[in-house]
This record gives sequence, structure tokens and C-alpha cells, in this order.
Amino acid sequence: MYSEKVMDHFSNPRNVGEIENADGVGTVGNPACGDIMKLSIKVEGDVITDVKFKTFGCGAAIATSSMVTELVKGKPLDEAEKISNATVAEALDGLPPVKMHCSNLAADALHAAIEDYKKKKQGG
Amino acid sequence: MDRKIYFDHNATTPIHEEVFDAMVPYFKDEWGNPSSIHWAGRGPKKAVDEAREKVAGFLNCSPIEVIFTSSGSESDNLAIKGVAFSMRSKGNHIITTKVEHPAVLNTCKYLEREGFDVTYLGVDADGMIDLDELRDSITPKTTLITVMYANNETGVVFPVAEIGEIAREHRVTFHTDAVQAAGKIPLDVKALNCDLLSISGHKIYAPKGVGALYVRRGVRVVPIIHGGHHERNRRGGTENVAGIVGLAKACEIAARDMEEETAHLRRLRDRLEEGLMKRIPHVKRNGHKDKRIPNTANLSFEFVEGESLLLNLDMLGIAASSGSACTSGSLEPSHVLVSMGLTPELSHGSVRFSLGRSNTEEEVDYLIEKMPPIVERMRSMSPLWCEVEKKGVDLSFEEKTCS
Repeated sequence: MYSEKVMDHFSNPRNVGEIENADGVGTVGNPACGDIMKLSIKVEGDVITDVKFKTFGCGAAIATSSMVTELVKGKPLDEAEKISNATVAEALDGLPPVKMHCSNLAADALHAAIEDYKKKKQGG
Repeated sequence: MDRKIYFDHNATTPIHEEVFDAMVPYFKDEWGNPSSIHWAGRGPKKAVDEAREKVAGFLNCSPIEVIFTSSGSESDNLAIKGVAFSMRSKGNHIITTKVEHPAVLNTCKYLEREGFDVTYLGVDADGMIDLDELRDSITPKTTLITVMYANNETGVVFPVAEIGEIAREHRVTFHTDAVQAAGKIPLDVKALNCDLLSISGHKIYAPKGVGALYVRRGVRVVPIIHGGHHERNRRGGTENVAGIVGLAKACEIAARDMEEETAHLRRLRDRLEEGLMKRIPHVKRNGHKDKRIPNTANLSFEFVEGESLLLNLDMLGIAASSGSACTSGSLEPSHVLVSMGLTPELSHGSVRFSLGRSNTEEEVDYLIEKMPPIVERMRSMSPLWCEVEKKGVDLSFEEKTCS
């Protein structure tokens, strides 16, 4: 039911963990749906230099989290902001239809982390 | 993947070799229609008659009280709709529970749309219903009580004989879905005080596509499949002769082997449960510890999600199932576990191991050895888990609705 790429990212997830003193943190999801993602980013001069995730969720949730970290590492913020949940699903060679909505939150977590970074920057 | 371990017998079972052998002639030489009067029909007719006797023997009823169907779901549909519609002039109230199989729950929901009133009894943290609540729910309009014998997810066994007694006191027809109980605990329709009882072939080592419904003499069911005179005008359709023969053989074997089988399953199940709970912290058993069928263990692994555990197990060749939404094809976690008061996280983190006749101690030990590192790895990735303190953390998050 899952593509090979999904199973690869599920079995060997990239960039798992939490960044200490992260510049931005985004947490999205809902335990009722069974998916919670927490993404932290390090930003240097408008470029995402490091990114890590922690996810409670199904195979799709973990694979999308892992994939989004690969997609944004080293990318400028404005490019990262353009990444959508659909982009992530596509990069994984698609997801089963039922997972497209409920477990495909990784880009939302990324956007939340970027927003958090911007807020902190404005505030500081 | 060399190793293949099957711990999902509540989903389906492999066909027993003796069952397969008994069925073969009805795919080959005895292919006739049991309704035909000529030579081709006589063999199949005899086979169906004998099968009906065997199933009746298994259930302790008369052969004319057995209706062959295509599945446990059809048996449930025929029982519930059949009684509801035949009794409609007397009343329109049905009592069931919140933890029934979808074949019962969705049939009741359909009847609600058709103008029936349905009371869904809740369960406590152990998954048990309250018989006083059942008594209080009965009204002069109640025509049917339908309560499962054993729960497919947790294995919890309801006090069906007592429920049947209450139903009789109030002159209410009583149906029990015994699909998961069959072959695991004795089924005697007289001892159980039931008027209707459903079983399914593929849960007891017979093939898919065959089931049976016991209907006590004197209880009228309106057919849901109209057709010829088959099954005494209660279920149209040429008999699935091979399937029926297989079901009967499976019943015969279940009765023959039950005592030994039950002891074997209970020993393995307890070993599995104790082994995992001892080696993995923060594991919760779902369902009453003692009032359970002997083969089922339903465990919640806190702070991790069930489907991701199943995928990891599957990579090792171990088959199990989960109450997680992700494995149900819906977006909601198990209605059974939620009814028992489990938080959504615990429901999502549930895994059901259901054992069967071919499982061995060595297979159970393999699981007990392989499972702890899987849970540990998934927890290390979970934002709900604190690695340092080895416990859960409170996480505030932005909510996003499921639907």
C-alpha cells in the first residue's frame, strides 16, 4: 500500500530529533487523528541550515516528516515556504488516498516553524 | 522476509487441512445443484443435509434451526433486519452495545434511518456492559436485543446467558453475534438462552464466503435475500455446497479440539502478554483480564502509534492488527477502545495479537524479543515521549481537525 520511497523514509528516517536552541519550532496535528509532528529549524542568513523532526504517527506521517526535512535543508526561507503537503507527497511517489489529508502534515509543521522563527526575529 | 508469523486470527484463519480435504469433492465431482431431483443433485443435497446436522450438533440445536449464509455479516444482517421487520407491528425498539462489530452497528444505524429506535449500551473501562442498564433500557416497544458474545478487538466476553435470561423475562427476542467466540469457547444455544446466533466460516479455519445463523424454532425472520425456496424460504440462493461442507467440518474439528486448543491458546497468549508488559514500560492491557476469549491480547503502547508498530512488525514477518485509525481505512480510532474510555492516543497506540492453532511458543518468544527495540525506536521519534525521564510529556499543539 505504501511506495518504496515511503517505506525507505519510514525505515530510515532522516533528521530525527530536536535542535537545541532552535530558531523556530512548529508543532501541528491532533492526537485524535493519531498524528503529531514537531519540527525545529536552525536559520542562518535566511537559509535553513539545519532541521529536525519528531513525529507521533503512522508510516505516512513519519515518512512525510522525514522527506520534508530533506527537501528544506539548505534551502532559503522563501523557497521553503513554497513547499506544500502535496509537494511532499509527490516527492514520496504518492500516498494512499486516505493518508493524503490526515497524515500529510509535514509541510504544515515546516510553515509553523518558519512562522515561529519570523515571530521570534521580530520580537527580538 | 523469511519468517512468517501470523498473530491475526481474529481477522481470518488459514483453512484447516481436513476442512480443505472435505471440500475438494464438491468442487470436482459433486458439482450438482442440491435442489435438483436427478443424479447430479443427490450427492450435494446429502452433503448439505449432513453439514446442517453437524453445525446443529456444534450449536446444540435442531438442523432446521440452521440457516446457511455467505458470511458472519450476512448472518448478523438477517438476524437483526429479519427480526426487526417481522416484529415491526409490535414495536420498533432495538437494544445493542457501542462495541459491536460494524456488521451489527451499521445494520442498527440503517434501521434507525428506517424509523427504528436503537439504544446503544456503553461499556466500562474493562469493556463490560452493565446488566442493570440493559434491564432499564427495555421498553414495551423493545423487540430485539443484539449483543455480541466475544469482542473482536479486545476478546472481552459478555455474559450472554444472563442477557438471554433478561430478554426472556421481558419476552424480547435475543440475538448474539458469536463470530469471534466460535471455536474458542463453547457455543450452546440452549445454555446461552439465545434466539438467534451468528457464526462465520473463515474465523474457524473454514473458507471465506460461508456463515450460518441459528434461528430458534418459532422465531420469524423476514428474508433479506429473496429467491427460491432455499433454507426454508428464509434465504434465497443456490447453496455454497463446498463452503457449507467446509464450515461443518470446521465446526466438527472445533468441538473435537476445543479443550486442548483453548489451553494452548491461553498459555501462549498469557506468555505473550506478560512477556511484552514485563519488558516494555508504559504498556496497558485493554479489556477485562479474565472475561476474555483465550487467544486475544489487545495492548496499548503509550506514546507511539499502532500502524507504525505494525509496519515494523511486518518487516520482520510478524502479522498483527491495530485499533489505530490508520489501519481501519477511516480517520477515527477504534470505536471499541474509545467506548472503554481510552484516550485517542492510547487507542491509536493499540495492537491486537490474536493467536491461533498453529502458533508456537518459539514464535511468541521471537515477538517478545523483537518488540521492545521497535517500541523504543518509535518512542525516541515521538514528540510525546521524553527520552531522559522515560515517560510522556505534555505537549501543547495547534489543533487541526481530522475530517
